[in-house]
Amino acid sequence: MTAGQARVAWGLVALAAALVMLRESLPSGLVRPPEWMVLPFADWINAAFAFLRDDLGLMTLTRAFSDVMEACLDVTANLLYGKNRWPHLGPIPWSVIAVSAGMVGFALGGWRLAALAGGTFVWIAVMGQWQWAMETLSVILVATPFSVALGLGFGVLAWRSQAFERLLNPILNIAQSMPHFAYMIPVVVFIGVGPKAAAIVTIIFSVPPMIRMTLLGLRKVPPEVVESGKMSGATRWQLLTRVRIPTARTDILIGVNQVVMQCLAMVVLASFIGMPGLGQKLLQLLQALKIGLSIEIGITIVLLAVMLDRLSKAWAMKQPVHHMPGVRWIERHRLLLIWLGLVALTSALAWLHPYFIEVERKQALSMAGPVDASMKVFIRAMTPVTEWLRWFLITWVLIPLRDAFLWLPFAAVLLLLAGIGWAVGGRRSALVCLAFFLPIAMSGWWDRAMITVYMVCVSVLVAVLIGVPAGLWGAARPVRAARLLFLCDTFQTFPSFIYLIPVVMLFGVNDVAVVASVVVFATVPIIRYTIEGILGVPPEIVEASSMSGATRGQIMRHVQLPLALPTMMVGANQSVMFSLFMVIIAAFIGTQDLGQEMQRALSSTDVGKGLVLGFAVAFMGLMVDHLILRWSDGRHRSLGF
Amino acid sequence: MNALPDPVTLSTTLPPLSAGWGTVPKDRHVNEAEPVIACRNLWKVFGDRPDRILSRLNCNPSAEELRQSGLIAAVRDVSLTIGRGEMLVVMGLSGSGKSTLVRCLSRLIDVTSGAIIVEGRDIGAMTETELIDLRRRKMGMVFQSFGLLPHRTVVDNVAFPLEMRGQDRSTRIARAMEMLELVGLKGRESYFPRELSGGQQQRVGIARSLAVEPEIWFLDEPFSALDPLIRREMQDEFLRLKGMLSNTIVFITHDFDEALRLADRIAIMKDGAVEQCDTPERIVMSPATEYVAKFTSAVDRSRVVRAAALAIPAEGTGAEGQPVAAGQTLRDLARLIVSDSRAFIPVADAQGHVIGALDRQRAVDLLLGEPA
Repeated sequence: MTAGQARVAWGLVALAAALVMLRESLPSGLVRPPEWMVLPFADWINAAFAFLRDDLGLMTLTRAFSDVMEACLDVTANLLYGKNRWPHLGPIPWSVIAVSAGMVGFALGGWRLAALAGGTFVWIAVMGQWQWAMETLSVILVATPFSVALGLGFGVLAWRSQAFERLLNPILNIAQSMPHFAYMIPVVVFIGVGPKAAAIVTIIFSVPPMIRMTLLGLRKVPPEVVESGKMSGATRWQLLTRVRIPTARTDILIGVNQVVMQCLAMVVLASFIGMPGLGQKLLQLLQALKIGLSIEIGITIVLLAVMLDRLSKAWAMKQPVHHMPGVRWIERHRLLLIWLGLVALTSALAWLHPYFIEVERKQALSMAGPVDASMKVFIRAMTPVTEWLRWFLITWVLIPLRDAFLWLPFAAVLLLLAGIGWAVGGRRSALVCLAFFLPIAMSGWWDRAMITVYMVCVSVLVAVLIGVPAGLWGAARPVRAARLLFLCDTFQTFPSFIYLIPVVMLFGVNDVAVVASVVVFATVPIIRYTIEGILGVPPEIVEASSMSGATRGQIMRHVQLPLALPTMMVGANQSVMFSLFMVIIAAFIGTQDLGQEMQRALSSTDVGKGLVLGFAVAFMGLMVDHLILRWSDGRHRSLGF
Repeated sequence: MNALPDPVTLSTTLPPLSAGWGTVPKDRHVNEAEPVIACRNLWKVFGDRPDRILSRLNCNPSAEELRQSGLIAAVRDVSLTIGRGEMLVVMGLSGSGKSTLVRCLSRLIDVTSGAIIVEGRDIGAMTETELIDLRRRKMGMVFQSFGLLPHRTVVDNVAFPLEMRGQDRSTRIARAMEMLELVGLKGRESYFPRELSGGQQQRVGIARSLAVEPEIWFLDEPFSALDPLIRREMQDEFLRLKGMLSNTIVFITHDFDEALRLADRIAIMKDGAVEQCDTPERIVMSPATEYVAKFTSAVDRSRVVRAAALAIPAEGTGAEGQPVAAGQTLRDLARLIVSDSRAFIPVADAQGHVIGALDRQRAVDLLLGEPA
């Protein structure tokens, strides 16, 4: 930071402080956005959508697309849970699906993956959740290929044409920071509700990471490989299909992994627009406070997430292995033959006994009853603690903080942000901050937005207070670090919805529960990047400081933390993003922020309002993203790595 | 595609494998009068809008001037002629523009100005289709970090150029197996590149580049990524292959010893310009610039200089007796030079005709280092 930059930044912050001091005597136009500033964005968007729908006839197009989607969904629905549609083959017995999944797991990653994949389906079946899980999976099965194909196509286009990439980039940025609900509203308007709407919203939601990974993979292909292709006389098309895309295989498959995970997260949430399946069950059970069953469904979702993640990652990492010449066909296709044998065996079992086709609800091993009972005992035992905690946090921390955020004059907030922006990246960053935050003031949702800001701030602060010490503790030993990283990886694959189960169980439905769930969700990236930051400090620097006679504490304070800080800030950035998403999702357990309004917009299918709120959330995220990345890039550069 | 020659016929033009082992015929047929590649006043300038500065290129701006206008000249005013069957080694330190030069010659990158004539045709003016056709029929290239396709087996990598020009699978696999045998990788054909060592991977790269029977063979620092022992082994292997083939070779290296070992002619590059382009002997014996002299100062001349280069007209020297072969280096002749008593030793060419006389004292001086 140059001296001039610091002067301007401090000036802006001082101005903001002055506005706060003088709040009582400020004109009301500086305390809240004045009437003339608030523009009817929602009406404009609604008008644009009405034009698209009624005058341009976009409706016929979307209907056509949704018909295609429905046809595909009917096929998977018939195969997986026997919906009475073409091709009338299903339902495939659960035992066949379980052994097939196990074989896929074995082929990709050996016994452990086989056990995970097969075990997941066995669990789903014997717990009596087959129907719901298959409803969810049938949508994922349809949505994933569409997303992958679309992402690959757009990725290649963006790679080919710089103009297209420049156009796509801001769209992707906004798309990746829009909360899930913002996607749902337009889809409800154009498609309606139910599985096909869920499939379409899932596709839209999961395409951006695929585009990004395709682009990244194509860029990373070593130039010499491309040149060798050119010198072999490959045409452009041959170069793309036979050199670039196969060489970028791993990155593209990591994209597929992300698509699958996004699909699962979205399909679970799509219960809000009438998607049946695991998400809907979980939503109903949570609202009815049926803890035992919620936990069982939660475990299913977690198992599915971990399984899909591990399988697709194993696929991405799998390298081809050669067969020695002269190996017989049977040897080369051993796994295929074993699989066919197992399918035949399980089909025979299913034919002999219906238990292997579908486990009836009354045969299920569900332990919801006992779990509920023991949970009741546990919760009763915990009640004094949680009650006190809830009372303390709400009365002494959360409400005062919320009131403080709401009390702040909006002009002071904008000045403060501009000051921070100026300190981080000069005039340009200050303008970027204002460009992102001013529209929020102009949208007319200032108070709601400030409540969201307050929840995110509190949650991220608590997450940092928990996550940084946990990360430091973990980074102290390599084995511990590896285990903790594995745990973080696993936690990050869970759909955000899952985090609501334990907190609702403990705290009921209120602000404390929301903050607690957001904290849990937001702590994971902080721990993760803290560990990675500390491990990333070059060992010779640590050795050099030990040889200079520094104690462990000194090394930590003077060497490791300063060098790891840029990486840790990237974690904080992700933490903010996760918090924003989670705060919005948590709306359904009762908040008064943007999320609640978004839920209302969803139930009244108000596209304009929904998108305005969505953009407001996205802009907050993008502003923080800009500030932190700008800062940590600069810091990385000045540290020279 | 039908007009293409059948690549399998190459095997008939090659001597039997056993004949090539060990002995390397040094006298490849070089036809200077018939240039395969000729480039005139070649410039490659990187930076924004280099075309603006093009008009100024005629007055030969210095590297410093270009840098001030935000441009980097990777190739500066290079003119070269490479004859049929010749092996030109382009030598330079990293950043001297040698890799850029070879990419200009193969038109992997477009030149800023100047012309490159390959077999009488300006490749700068070729359409993409023509260029692809040229590469499919006449060019092969080996890369420093191999440039193998990680998802294809060894044999499919070698067959790739044949696949590109649309040959059917059985023909191209047969041809690829033949090439793998040539580079000594028989039995590894179903491996994937990552399962091979660096030296083996480069053998695959060499086999691939030779699969189309190229008339022009580019090698961009093919052995630089290998460790010294393997490098030496690959150089021997390369000399063996070179003796069996008759194509024109452009070889890039940053290793002066490698250049001396392999080259018919060496072009030494510095800051994008060719400092000197000549035979190894003449570069060692009479370096054109101080920069070239710095390179040659540490070289053991006796390993480079041949008897022919030191031969003076035999008349009046009184040289007689058993002649030495013109193609042998002084190091090869060291024992004879030191122990012989004649003042002048006759030098004979391959056919046995005496072409001159070797001043023994000069040869001894060169062998032992110039007297102070």
